[in-house]
Amino acid sequence: MTDIAHPLAAPNPHLETSTGLDSRKLAIWTFLGSECMFFASLISTYVVYRGKSLVGPFPHTPWTDPATGQVYEPIIEIPLVTVGTALLLFSSLFIVLALYGAQKGNRKMLLGWLGATIMCGVFFVGMQVYEFTHFVHKGLTLQRNMFGASFFTLTGFHGTHVTIGVIWLLTMFVLALRKQLPPENAINLEMAALYWHFVDVVWIIIFPVVYLMQ
Amino acid sequence: MTSHVTAADEHEHDHPTPGTYTKVGLVLFILTALEVALYEITFGEHAGALGDLTHVFIPMLLSLSAAKFALVAMFYMHLKQDSRLFTGVFVFPLIIAAVVILALAALMAYHMAFSKSGG
Repeated sequence: MTDIAHPLAAPNPHLETSTGLDSRKLAIWTFLGSECMFFASLISTYVVYRGKSLVGPFPHTPWTDPATGQVYEPIIEIPLVTVGTALLLFSSLFIVLALYGAQKGNRKMLLGWLGATIMCGVFFVGMQVYEFTHFVHKGLTLQRNMFGASFFTLTGFHGTHVTIGVIWLLTMFVLALRKQLPPENAINLEMAALYWHFVDVVWIIIFPVVYLMQ
Repeated sequence: MTSHVTAADEHEHDHPTPGTYTKVGLVLFILTALEVALYEITFGEHAGALGDLTHVFIPMLLSLSAAKFALVAMFYMHLKQDSRLFTGVFVFPLIIAAVVILALAALMAYHMAFSKSGG
């Protein structure tokens, strides 16, 4: 039993693949390509339904309910989400520094920057949970109007991706702590890093389209 | 075969240094600050400070976002240094995705204009 090696455990410097490239890396890029299509469907749905809500609350303008006279304030809060955006951008920098540490065998650099990346991810998810709760208290729900439905679906799916990324990075952190992420296996962290960068580039599109455009 | 693989491997690991990563991070931060500043001087508390920018707001915002996207993909995701096959596998669906978004937006805009004209 102990003779069976884990496929990712041993270094494999001379890959015999038809492309001459690591198939795991090709697989993650193919997956990310499919994710582009997934988020394109969500972003286009948001764009198509933008400004089509019959009742408030609205993202950038106040709305008074004609039946009750209740005034709904604009939903979007730019300062909060700007902080979240900055966190996600910094996390992309931190993960490449962690990967650099992993490739060079610098365990201190790997653990430090990977921990910082995870913290940024956790804070971003926390920001989104706070934002969603705040929006619900201000009267915006998934069923309220077209904006609510498309906004929560798009940003909710992105938040789910960030959460999955945090879990993935946590497993890498545990492996690094156990000294099971040597330079030969840095490809494992590189795949997680590629996923994390993808989550970041999706937010680079969502931030202006959802929060800044009026 | 083996020599081809080794060359590809060497090419793949020719990644930027921490200094380059930090410079790219700084540029990304500045571009994000520019996005928010553009919003502020167009729709925010300082709207009108540089005149009416509403007509150029969306093109400028999308240009800044595209620049950020390209920087992350090229330097942080290593598409600039890695095999072009990875670029193809990622960029081809990305182009389809962009076309889908633009086509649906144009279709809905046409539909709205057609409805308003009473057609």
